[in-house]
Amino acid sequence: MIEILLVLGIPLAGGIVLALIGERGHAPTVNVATSLLTFLASLALTARVIRDGPLLVLDQQFFVDPFNVFLVALTAFVGFTTSIFSRPYMRIEHEHGKLTPARLRLYHSMYQLFNFTMLVALLTNNMGILWVAMEAATLTTVLLVSLYRTPASLEAAWKYFILCGVGIAQALFGTILLYFAAEKLLGAEGGALLWTELNAVKGGLEPTVLSLAFVFLLVGYGTKVGLVPLHNWLPDAHAEGPTPVSAVLSGLLLNVALYAVVRCKVLVEGAVHNGMAKMLMMGFGLLSVVVAAFLLSRQKDIKRLFAYSSIEHMGIITFAFGMGGPIASYAGLLHMTVHSLTKSAIFFAVGHAAQKTGTQLIDSIRGLVTISPSIGWGLAIGTLAILGMPPFGVFASEFLILTTAMREQPWATPFLLLALGIAFAAVFSKVQPMVFGETTARRLPHRPAMFPVFVHLALVLMLGLWTPPFLADWYRQAARLIG
Amino acid sequence: MTASAFLSQLLQLGVALLLAPLLAGWVSQCRAWLQNKSAPSLLLPYRTIHKLFIKDAVVAHNASPIFRVAPYIVFGAMCCAAAIVPSLSTGLPFAQAADTIALVGLFALARVFIALAAMDIGTAFGSLGARREMFVGFLAEPALLMVLFTASLISGSTSLPTIVDSLAHRDLAIYPSLAFAGVAFTMVSLAENARIPVDNPATHLELTMIHEAMILEYSARHLALIEWASALKLFNYSCIGIAIFVPFGIAAGSDDWAAILGAAPALAAKLAIGGFVLALIETLSAKMRIFRAPEFLGTAFLLAVLAMLVHLLLGT
Amino acid sequence: MAAGIPFYAQLINLFAAVLLLISFAMLAQRRVLSLIDLFAAQGLALALSTAVVGWGTGQSHLYWSAGVTLTLKVFLLPFLLYRLIRRLDVKWDVEPLINIPTTMLVGIVLVVFAFNLAAPISNLSSTVTRSTLGIAIASVMLSFLMMITRRKAIPQVIGFLAMENGLFFAATSATYGMPMVVELGIALDVLVGMLILGVFFFQIREQFDSLDLKHLEQLREDE
Repeated sequence: MIEILLVLGIPLAGGIVLALIGERGHAPTVNVATSLLTFLASLALTARVIRDGPLLVLDQQFFVDPFNVFLVALTAFVGFTTSIFSRPYMRIEHEHGKLTPARLRLYHSMYQLFNFTMLVALLTNNMGILWVAMEAATLTTVLLVSLYRTPASLEAAWKYFILCGVGIAQALFGTILLYFAAEKLLGAEGGALLWTELNAVKGGLEPTVLSLAFVFLLVGYGTKVGLVPLHNWLPDAHAEGPTPVSAVLSGLLLNVALYAVVRCKVLVEGAVHNGMAKMLMMGFGLLSVVVAAFLLSRQKDIKRLFAYSSIEHMGIITFAFGMGGPIASYAGLLHMTVHSLTKSAIFFAVGHAAQKTGTQLIDSIRGLVTISPSIGWGLAIGTLAILGMPPFGVFASEFLILTTAMREQPWATPFLLLALGIAFAAVFSKVQPMVFGETTARRLPHRPAMFPVFVHLALVLMLGLWTPPFLADWYRQAARLIG
Repeated sequence: MTASAFLSQLLQLGVALLLAPLLAGWVSQCRAWLQNKSAPSLLLPYRTIHKLFIKDAVVAHNASPIFRVAPYIVFGAMCCAAAIVPSLSTGLPFAQAADTIALVGLFALARVFIALAAMDIGTAFGSLGARREMFVGFLAEPALLMVLFTASLISGSTSLPTIVDSLAHRDLAIYPSLAFAGVAFTMVSLAENARIPVDNPATHLELTMIHEAMILEYSARHLALIEWASALKLFNYSCIGIAIFVPFGIAAGSDDWAAILGAAPALAAKLAIGGFVLALIETLSAKMRIFRAPEFLGTAFLLAVLAMLVHLLLGT
Repeated sequence: MAAGIPFYAQLINLFAAVLLLISFAMLAQRRVLSLIDLFAAQGLALALSTAVVGWGTGQSHLYWSAGVTLTLKVFLLPFLLYRLIRRLDVKWDVEPLINIPTTMLVGIVLVVFAFNLAAPISNLSSTVTRSTLGIAIASVMLSFLMMITRRKAIPQVIGFLAMENGLFFAATSATYGMPMVVELGIALDVLVGMLILGVFFFQIREQFDSLDLKHLEQLREDE
């Protein structure tokens, strides 16, 4: 229990402290230290779960099971590496005059609070609090997206706020319907929104209400996942915000939103047996993959390119969870992990590249290996990894998803293969000249902070070759839970 | 038909015919008070009608028979309408022949003839007024029908006496649908009786008038009939409003003559209050441009539809 | 007939009807200032109906919920909005709404749709307020319609807040309210969201010299 309190308390305290001192010179260090402590606390929590099994604490309000434990660790880890990355990155932005000290303070404080809201969303057992935390995650990031105060960034932030706000309102209605169905079985005392309680009685929940609730929940949380056709905010928010924010949005927020969808799906699948939830998730997932793949080739902005790639991958994961079954769910969980690591690594590299060349336009960035070999190679390897080249982890998970799809949903396989092929061609043809093309730019004197990129990529490589037994065990248990 | 029922019918028709000009006078008196003017006599409408009846009529050379018969048809339609709207008691044998839909039809009949007569002479004002009158009527009628349907749904009948019977003798309950319908009905009544904010009964400003523009060519007994019919129309609308929204006090059936006579003070009080409210509305609002009328009546229609939907949803 | 329903349920029905009426009024209202007043009135109807549900069913936590609604949606948020439009100097902003009648007709269709959507759920519910669920869904949809038809930032945000009102009403009418901790969380989110939007309006104004959303339509799918 103390671990959970630490995991939640440290970023909250950090956010408050940074709200007071966030503009000072040592604030980035405080930010990194807070994230490091959060990460250590999450490791302690993980160790505790490995030793003692699932936890259900604080009057049942918080819980840790195999499904969310690795997501908590992943969130804390990516939060930590992003804070390392953001230290030099934001300093240079500041030196370039793009940020004032006040905005830096806002950034640091909101960064920690954002981590806090996501950890709350992951750890809470209460579907209502889950909603509150998801909405709060939007609120903490909306001012970060508009941090540069350019017209485009303001537009992106406005879209982000309104679309996600409306979306999340649908999810609230879904939650109300869920509570309405559960209240009959569990009574009006707080228990009727606790996921563990709901999961215990899911077979008795009214199917009509749950079907309707799931539609609203999927549309609501699906907006935050970035599922087509509710994805409009995502590329804008990723492209116009500071790169560390893009990294955590893509690497963490989408995961957490998808986590919320899957938690709901488990309940609905228990109550409604006509496979409606499966079909909806597969449909939305497949649509996202295909649409995003086609839009990838038309992008001119490097961050937008990878934002669409995020939509595509979220589509793949949604499709996998929609298919269900032990293998597909296992692959979905694995894909969540490796996508999060790879995509944030890519954004780190892209952020450095854009900062060094002073532009985000793909056509203006050339010859990164000449300018800075580590950035160039980091981007090249990251791109190969995200495109599903062996031996990286993305390959393993996509391979599992595709083979399961061939066996269980053969109709969907051609679409998936086509979309993956198009995505590969589009991204590779755009990134290749960026990395290896001719350039007249001079080599830059200072070395970029590429440590997080290579740590992430090494982890992805490891997950492609070997999964630690406890992690594989969690995946299996979680896959059984998801069904 | 029993003699008592027949008497009750006759009494109510007589009351309508006699009281209608008084109501019109009362409204203009209230209006004058509210606007700090010296009020005209309460009996002025009677005097006007009397004066017009004793004058010689002048009719345009090119007037067709429609022009001559229109006042009688309009007046007749209003009398028929008065015969089926319960004012003192629900004992109206004549009402069995016509329900609320027929009532709306009677109003429409009057409207059509007065518009035809207005166009008959071929003056610019007449056609202008007729066009505007049909425009307003076309928007107001659906809203009025919706209001009446809502009341019919609540009471399960389209006959006004039955509606009053079931609404007046129920347990006290809040009807949100009737509240909506009441607002809608008020708006429709304003438009139908040529009142501010849709029309101004006291104006002869050519750009704004609707009703007055149509009757410019009439004189003497024809004009008297039309004025009287207008007053009757206002009286009828007031009685429909009372019957649906505040039916308490209206006697049931035609046998209890004490109750019927007892209903008279209640009716007088309700009409007095209603007239005052009408004057108040007219004083407080500004006349709107004719092209805003669709919005005004659209809102009335919307409210009436909402009333019906709310009734269907809530069962109240 | 209404005779079989207890008095407090009739009151709730009345407030529900008022809520729906205000939703329509907001749809047609052109002036920002009146829009804020309507929003406050809607909050008041919501708070009163929540309190009446609490009184009628003996669920005392609903009094707290009504209190939160009253403070937040009748006093605090309208006050913030008032201050905002005064500071932004858009107090007399009038939005050129075209074709109100069409919007209204679409609104009616939405109401019918919402009532049909709510019917199966209402039948399953055991609360006395179940029949008002349709109205709750309808007002959510009307707020949504309002957001779509508006081209200026503040009316759009008021539509967003009105949607929240509708959802709260849905929670009250279908289930006698969510657990208190959740309601407090939602209220906090709404408040923080409003504050952030306030900051945001100033940023937009600083950048574009107006709050017209047509400036915020530059980013495209394929660029």
